[in-house]
Amino acid sequence: MPGAELGGKRLDFVQLIVSGLANGCVYGLIALGFVMIYKATEAVNFAQGDFMMLGAFFCLGFTNADFMGLNFWLAVPLAMIFMGILGYVFDWGVLRHMSGQSQTSIVILTIAVGFILRFVAGTVWSHEPVSLETPFAGVNLDFGGVVLGVNELLIIVVTIILTVALFVFFSRTKLGIAMQAASQNQLAAYYMGVPVKRIQSLVWALSGVVAAVAGILFASKGAIDPSSGLLGIKAFAAAAIGGFGSLPGALVGGLIIGLIEPLAARFAPDGFAGVARIAPYAILIIVLIFRPGGLFSQTQKKKV
Amino acid sequence: MRFVFKTSYDADIRWFKHGAQLFWYALLLAMMIALPLVFIISGNSYLLGEITSVLIFSVACLGLMLLTGQTGLASLGHAAFMAMGCYANILLLNAGVPWLIAFPLAGLLAGLFGTIIAMPVLRLHGVYLALATLAMSIITGDVIDLTEKWTGGVSGISVPDISIFGYTINKYANPYAFYYVALAVVVICTMFYRNLLRSPSGRSFAAIRDSEVSAQAMGINLTRTKATSFFLSCTMAGLAGAMFGHSATYVTHETFDIVMSITLFLAIVVGGLGFMHGAFLGAIISGLIPVLIANGRTLLSTTFGININIPGLESAMFACIVIAFILFEPMGLYGRWLKIRTYFELFPFYRKDMFRRQKSYLKTERVQ
Repeated sequence: MPGAELGGKRLDFVQLIVSGLANGCVYGLIALGFVMIYKATEAVNFAQGDFMMLGAFFCLGFTNADFMGLNFWLAVPLAMIFMGILGYVFDWGVLRHMSGQSQTSIVILTIAVGFILRFVAGTVWSHEPVSLETPFAGVNLDFGGVVLGVNELLIIVVTIILTVALFVFFSRTKLGIAMQAASQNQLAAYYMGVPVKRIQSLVWALSGVVAAVAGILFASKGAIDPSSGLLGIKAFAAAAIGGFGSLPGALVGGLIIGLIEPLAARFAPDGFAGVARIAPYAILIIVLIFRPGGLFSQTQKKKV
Repeated sequence: MRFVFKTSYDADIRWFKHGAQLFWYALLLAMMIALPLVFIISGNSYLLGEITSVLIFSVACLGLMLLTGQTGLASLGHAAFMAMGCYANILLLNAGVPWLIAFPLAGLLAGLFGTIIAMPVLRLHGVYLALATLAMSIITGDVIDLTEKWTGGVSGISVPDISIFGYTINKYANPYAFYYVALAVVVICTMFYRNLLRSPSGRSFAAIRDSEVSAQAMGINLTRTKATSFFLSCTMAGLAGAMFGHSATYVTHETFDIVMSITLFLAIVVGGLGFMHGAFLGAIISGLIPVLIANGRTLLSTTFGININIPGLESAMFACIVIAFILFEPMGLYGRWLKIRTYFELFPFYRKDMFRRQKSYLKTERVQ
């Protein structure tokens, strides 16, 4: 029956889209942490992907039966708190002493930190891919023929909740407004009594928390290993597509990349499987050529 | 301390500041030329192979130093341009082009390719270039897979031997000749680099590194100058890649991976950003670390019976060294040497803050 086949194809397509969106949400969340740090401190954290990986491993270490075996719902906040502390300490202990040095050295520093985090995660937990034991692993929902994994839906829902929460945080709370002020003009914020140094460390902590959430979501979808942090590179592509200084842009960029991957794999001609892997970066390079500031461009020419 | 009394403007751009400097560099060159004698006498050419690898790596470091140290543009994807040079060299050689033409041509092709890729991004500030080159570096392996027809893809391709006027040079058959070829490439690239620094182009690179706005105000065409720097840098990377291919004798899609790009980048930081010597010191360090770790491992297992076999230890150690350098010695190994030398030259008048920048502030790229 041609009709049923067509219907099957359409259902298949919906699953593809949902899975792509779920991936895109993870990329978007990593990119969000990345952009938050960039906006607040002008540092580019190339270790954001590794922060994500480490957050997932913290959660995994707390909850998996092989390690500590705590309740999953206890392990998640614990992992978030640990990553928050790590982000704060990293800024307080290392980056605060780097002011005055060029952006290049911060790029190198964070890349080096990424190497170390990968090594630590591999040594402490596992070099092999392990999966996070979640209460909803393998549970599927059936929407009239469309079978969707609960974890994928959960990723999308959590991302939406987190985005709304961050939006409210940045626009309504005192701390959030202080963060905005510090990122727009450090000196003016300092004169207004904003403790800029502490605020910057708190931004790092916040982005560590977001990275932990992204990591937990990513690990709930499949296995995680120390080199999963390299996924962060796709998130950088997402951030650049969205325009470097824009939070909604980061999420949109993440979704674009998440969607483009399965679609490229699906519609690529036979024998060109590599196209799917190249697609995100090809998009990045095309966006940089035709709209150099990203889709949500905010960059202007610097004046003396 | 030697005070050079300058009597002409040429004194500012002379190859060597004074005779003693000329003497030391000539001595170094003579030692490098005489080095194989040691191995011929001892009959063990293993270490010579390592030294040749370091020489080849230092050409790539010089290329990246020109871009990052001299022009202030960070590229995290120089392995991609090395790959371009390597494969261009192989294809040209297989097409029957003589090595003496194919080798420089491969470098030029890599340079052109790099410039075409980087042109659109060069108008933006640093982070975008780092990102775009990082993306380049990641897709290199996949692109090599896709162009399997020419590059051999996953199964790899073997690199033809070097042939100069009918004399064939293979790394394993005649390591000494191969060493001299690598040395010649290093010397030519070094002389080119040094000459570039004496020229207006070299000075405009440095002006861009120090302040784009001021450079523009002085009439430097930013995009064109950056593109020139990128072209020269990628050309050197391409030459290094071609030599690397000859040294590896067989290359696959995994040879020029992202780890290589990043190692290259970390090497020049450890060596000292902005110093020519830094490129060589960085290449030596990144060549030494695996050897040191392997030796340390053997020592531990033979004397204490402890077997350490942790994957990723080498890159983690390298990363720790880099972090230590950025935090405590941002000028790198060569900067440290300069400080030590100044200490003894000025003894006892050296002050701790002599190399410290007067103003410490966040270098912003934003509109204020």
